[in-house]
Amino acid sequence: MAEATAAMATDAGQPVLRRAGAWRFVRRNPTMVAGLAILTAMVIIALLAPWIAPDPLTMKPVQRLKPPSSTFWFGTDQLGRDVFARTVHGARISLVVGISVAALAITIGLVVGLLAGTVRWVEAVVMRLMDGLMAIPAILLAIAMVSLFRASVGVVVAAIVIPEIPRVVRLVRAVVLSVREQPYVEAAVAGGARWHKILWRHILPPTIPPLIVQATYIAASAILIEAALSFLGAGTPPEIPTWGNMIAADRIYLGRAPWCIFYPGVALALVVLAVNLVGDGLRDRLDPRIARRM
Amino acid sequence: MLAFIARRLASTVLVMAIVAVIIFLLLRLAPGDPVAIIVGDNASPSQIDAVRKRLGLDDPLAIQFWRWASRVLVGDLGISIFSGEPVAKLIGQRLEPTLSLAATTLSLAVVVAISFGVLAAWKVGTWIDRAVMALSVASFSVPVFVVGYVLIYVFAIQLRWLPVQGYQPLGDGVLTWARHLVLPSIALGLAYVALIARITRTAMLDVLAEDYIRTAHAKGVATGPVLMKHALKNAGVPIVTVIGIGVALLIGGVVITETVFNIPGIGRLVVDAIQTRDYPIIQGVILLFSGIYVIINLLVDLTYTLLDPRIRH
Repeated sequence: MAEATAAMATDAGQPVLRRAGAWRFVRRNPTMVAGLAILTAMVIIALLAPWIAPDPLTMKPVQRLKPPSSTFWFGTDQLGRDVFARTVHGARISLVVGISVAALAITIGLVVGLLAGTVRWVEAVVMRLMDGLMAIPAILLAIAMVSLFRASVGVVVAAIVIPEIPRVVRLVRAVVLSVREQPYVEAAVAGGARWHKILWRHILPPTIPPLIVQATYIAASAILIEAALSFLGAGTPPEIPTWGNMIAADRIYLGRAPWCIFYPGVALALVVLAVNLVGDGLRDRLDPRIARRM
Repeated sequence: MLAFIARRLASTVLVMAIVAVIIFLLLRLAPGDPVAIIVGDNASPSQIDAVRKRLGLDDPLAIQFWRWASRVLVGDLGISIFSGEPVAKLIGQRLEPTLSLAATTLSLAVVVAISFGVLAAWKVGTWIDRAVMALSVASFSVPVFVVGYVLIYVFAIQLRWLPVQGYQPLGDGVLTWARHLVLPSIALGLAYVALIARITRTAMLDVLAEDYIRTAHAKGVATGPVLMKHALKNAGVPIVTVIGIGVALLIGGVVITETVFNIPGIGRLVVDAIQTRDYPIIQGVILLFSGIYVIINLLVDLTYTLLDPRIRH
């Protein structure tokens, strides 16, 4: 998407210029492009998982804890399952959790934040509630929620979304409060525009760029928390391979079979790094005020 | 000044009260009857009703909350379902390992992060600056447990420099205590270092652009004192703020680090409680950790007044 805008900025009509624009974008944002490339590759791998990797659940006890080879690219785990297959399938959970947590947290946070920024009594109640939620460490809140309900991907997503909402609400409210005092909003009010029109046309648009940046950071943090929950045994049910529960299951074989921990660990770090790089790149482009500060 | 402290104290109490309500309601929303868990499978309906009445679980929620909160205020966190011991006692038994880990990580991380941050700001634009920033993005992306296992594999299993896992009490000798804490502290502190180093660099860059820094240089003050005395002290407010906010990162990390390194602390207590669904322990630990987080951030706000006398609004 960002590449498209960069290309349009030069001249959408002339292919030569467009290519030059894209190239300039790559040269100016090497880390962001690297992040986008890793993410695109990961999404493709996750989507094509059943076709590019063997079944992640097949156990071959004879082949347990085998080092990486031409048959088992990433080796096998304690039950003789293919670590490559499990790593590839694990990408699905991480990406699904990352994307859905970001989407849900942003949507809920945006609605609540807009209300808090415009309706006074809502503001008092909501902001105190958010202060309280922010004081509870995210992983612990998620652990409590997951342990209360039966483990499923939906519960994990909900448990990660709730601690992320306060950050979004605070951000949206801060933008709304600063926009509300702008002359163009006052002019719209004085001109007799109806409130939903003001909200939609004048107050909503400036919240979008910082929210896009925030969404990437939430996705990164959601992927890390999901992995941590799976690792602690408080997350995705064990029959679904995730990077976190792969590492948890084989950690006692670290000395004998380090590949069982190494490959899911690298995959996890790579995805989070890629999301963070894209986030930093977006921040520099979309939110120059913060960019200068960081 | 006093008014400022009083206001901050009042808002801290308010936040803690809201935290208590959230945690209380969370456990009441749990599907399944808490009484059924306590009395076991073989109880008759009349026994269940008797226990419910005895525990006051048929009273209105507000009264139940009040009763629970007034017990918490005197340090009574309830009884563990699994072991039958008071939760406060269980937490007390596991305090030392967690405090040791937190103290070594915090002190190590703050010193390392501020040094790196100051270095990066001083050498801004050079390869040193870029290396520090790249390391900071990278270490922010690697989860605690992956760092932990890589450290164990390299330094404990391959090189055999340090113990693989476990904890030795401070009373058994400082050296073995410290040897067991080196790897956990590095694993836990990495993301925290990245966070603080980044903010330190930014804050220092802002201050280094000020006129009084140029004046200090011009009148011949050596680089060391300019950086540490003139610049770092004035860059203090954002740095101290992020040290406080980052404690949340540390608290979440403690739970994972103690699992990776098999440290019998409060984090392990809560992880074991997940397996046994021991809600009173989970509730007690969350309350304790949230309280610590809120109090640390109160202290952070109060140190502002020492760092910058203008903040006493």
